[in-house]
Amino acid sequence: MTADTYAATGAQPAMAGTKADAATGPSGPRPKRISPGRIGIYCFLIIVAAFFCVPLYVMLVTSFKAMPEVREAHLFNLPREWTIDPWIKAWNSACTGRDCTGLAPGFLNSVKIAVPSVFISIIVASLNGYALTFWRYKGAEVLFNLLVFGAFVPYQVLVYPIIIGLREMHLFATLPGIIIVHTVFGMPILTLLFRNYYSSIPLEIFKAARIDGAGFWQTYFRVMLPLSVPITTVAVILQVTGIWNDFLFGLVFAGKDNIPMTLQLNNIVKTTFGTVEYDVNMAATILTALVPLAIYFISGKWFVRGIAAGAVKG
Amino acid sequence: MQTSVSVRDLSLNFGSVKVLENLSLDVGQGEFLVLLGPSGCGKSTLLNCLAGLLDISAGQIFISGKNVTWEEPKDRGIGMVFQSYALYPQMTVERNLSFGLRVARMPAAEIAQRVQRASDILQIGPLLDRKPGQLSGGQRQRVAIGRALVRDVDVFLFDEPLSNLDAKLRAELRVEIKRLHQRLKNTMIYVTHDQIEAMTLADRIAIMRDGIIQQMDDPHTIYNKPVNLFVAGFIGSPPMNFLKGKLEAGSVKIDGTSVSLKGYDFTKSMEGADIVVGVRPEHIAIGEDSRKMPVTMEGDIEIVEPMGSDTIAWTKIGAQPLTFRAAAEIHLVPGQKVAFGFDPARVSVFDAASGVRV
Ligand SMILES: Nc1ncnc2c1ncn2[C@@H]1O[C@H](COP(=O)(O)OP(=O)(O)O)[C@@H](O)[C@H]1O
Ligand SMILES: [Mg+2]
Repeated sequence: MTADTYAATGAQPAMAGTKADAATGPSGPRPKRISPGRIGIYCFLIIVAAFFCVPLYVMLVTSFKAMPEVREAHLFNLPREWTIDPWIKAWNSACTGRDCTGLAPGFLNSVKIAVPSVFISIIVASLNGYALTFWRYKGAEVLFNLLVFGAFVPYQVLVYPIIIGLREMHLFATLPGIIIVHTVFGMPILTLLFRNYYSSIPLEIFKAARIDGAGFWQTYFRVMLPLSVPITTVAVILQVTGIWNDFLFGLVFAGKDNIPMTLQLNNIVKTTFGTVEYDVNMAATILTALVPLAIYFISGKWFVRGIAAGAVKG
Repeated sequence: MQTSVSVRDLSLNFGSVKVLENLSLDVGQGEFLVLLGPSGCGKSTLLNCLAGLLDISAGQIFISGKNVTWEEPKDRGIGMVFQSYALYPQMTVERNLSFGLRVARMPAAEIAQRVQRASDILQIGPLLDRKPGQLSGGQRQRVAIGRALVRDVDVFLFDEPLSNLDAKLRAELRVEIKRLHQRLKNTMIYVTHDQIEAMTLADRIAIMRDGIIQQMDDPHTIYNKPVNLFVAGFIGSPPMNFLKGKLEAGSVKIDGTSVSLKGYDFTKSMEGADIVVGVRPEHIAIGEDSRKMPVTMEGDIEIVEPMGSDTIAWTKIGAQPLTFRAAAEIHLVPGQKVAFGFDPARVSVFDAASGVRV
């Protein structure tokens, strides 16, 4: 009773508990203990990581071995003699059917397809999202719902009608054709992304811009676009990865002169003269996967920075 | 007085929801008008209509003698300050201030001069190179006011500019806005739900409820002669006491107690009708002072709330609670008997059925 009173008035805090308790009782930061649950989680994570890393490891070591060493079939051994010949061959002299040009032309084609597709689809989608969020024109809701619906339509259903459409426009099996296809198919999900992002920007910023006399384009380019760095980064990652990894559209719409790297890779792996060149195939596969990986590592950092900088908060 | 802003029969619907209906309003040149009302009554909507940020459903808007009903916001001669500051996050303060001028392709020298003037008036010179994220709430709102200032317009619109600030900053910036108005002498329309802001800043207050202006008068009149029960209850803290009773021969009968209303200036005869008598807590005198009042009574103190500067206490007339404000020096304890009194000339009497002042 008296101890409570003292503690309440703060006159003699040391008296609040007994002396022994004060000396031995908990004080300072609580010691960290590893609980069984935590151990379980770590085990699970390690297994999952191994599941993805082991094949990658095998691919990497195989790609640096010469064929005789590969044939020994010691999958997990490091190369006895390191060689980059398989990589060079994969890049510029592996054969697809009769042509022995390696992956290089496919890489170039993929760049020619991906760069404009990513650029155009993101610009158009961010404009869409901007208009849908801030300029609630007539029919905006309907358009938005249609777009969301579009995000759920399976691609395969649309392949044939689009072939016909492009053929009528004389764009089938051309570079512009495949760029249009990628842009259109990226539209629903990207628009959704940008619209949701712009919805998080206070409407009052848009109103302030209108009072300052900025119109549709000026508000977009001078106010909204500079605020869109984080979401644009996300969109770039999504689109580059999606378009680079695409196989179906490349196969159907690109045409012989524009086959992308993934198709080229497929052709290389499938073309064999007697023995399967595992080392070259591995190197070719890793080369093809390199671009999305690089994009992810480079822009992922920017992405985190953009969020951390609180670009929208203000 | 010349009118600066005038609204004629303005209506605004969101789909089928009517937010404003046939609203008319005249604001004088250089006047400080405060739109006051509870949340959701349409204050911001009205302000957005004036600014041209919402397309109105019917009516006309004139600003500085020009019909601006169909004009773009930038052409209306207005500047606006928002509750959330609405600064452009990626631009420096200087760029924020000059954005509108740059959009209008004003010569650089003139822009620099206007920014200089605004930053002098608002004392934000040292902040010009910072981004909004590096400013405090008060500084941000100052910049937002500066953005309206550089536009060199006749009419300023404020939408709850102080609501996001803490109490101390709010009081400081309130005085600053008042100083700004005295210095610039342009028309200001200021939306708030804070009655202190309204009372302290306004030349006139328009009290709104459900999209309808209930009363538009100077703060003194609003406080002392509210036109209806809503206005009477909305203004004042603690709120006005409402005593229900029947008017009989110049006195009101409140739960059996007869209280004389001699001296009250009735605008119409209400003999025998149910009325509500509104008495401000600060118009009730207690103890010695109550003897000088035309109406005196006695009651038991129920609750005492010392505020420091003064003390709020609860008592009763019949079964109806009555609060009054007493000087802090008077020592009150619950259960104590206290004499109190008031002057019927200062009360407000409302028709119980319609809520309108009589
Ligand atoms: N864009 C909108 N669409 C539909 N209803 C709205 C919209 N904006 C405001 N309202 C409605 O109009 C009313 C008035 O809103 P507002 O003017 O913001 O109130 P206040 O500023 O007085 O708090 C509210 O009932 C609100 O729900
Ligand atoms: Mg509002």
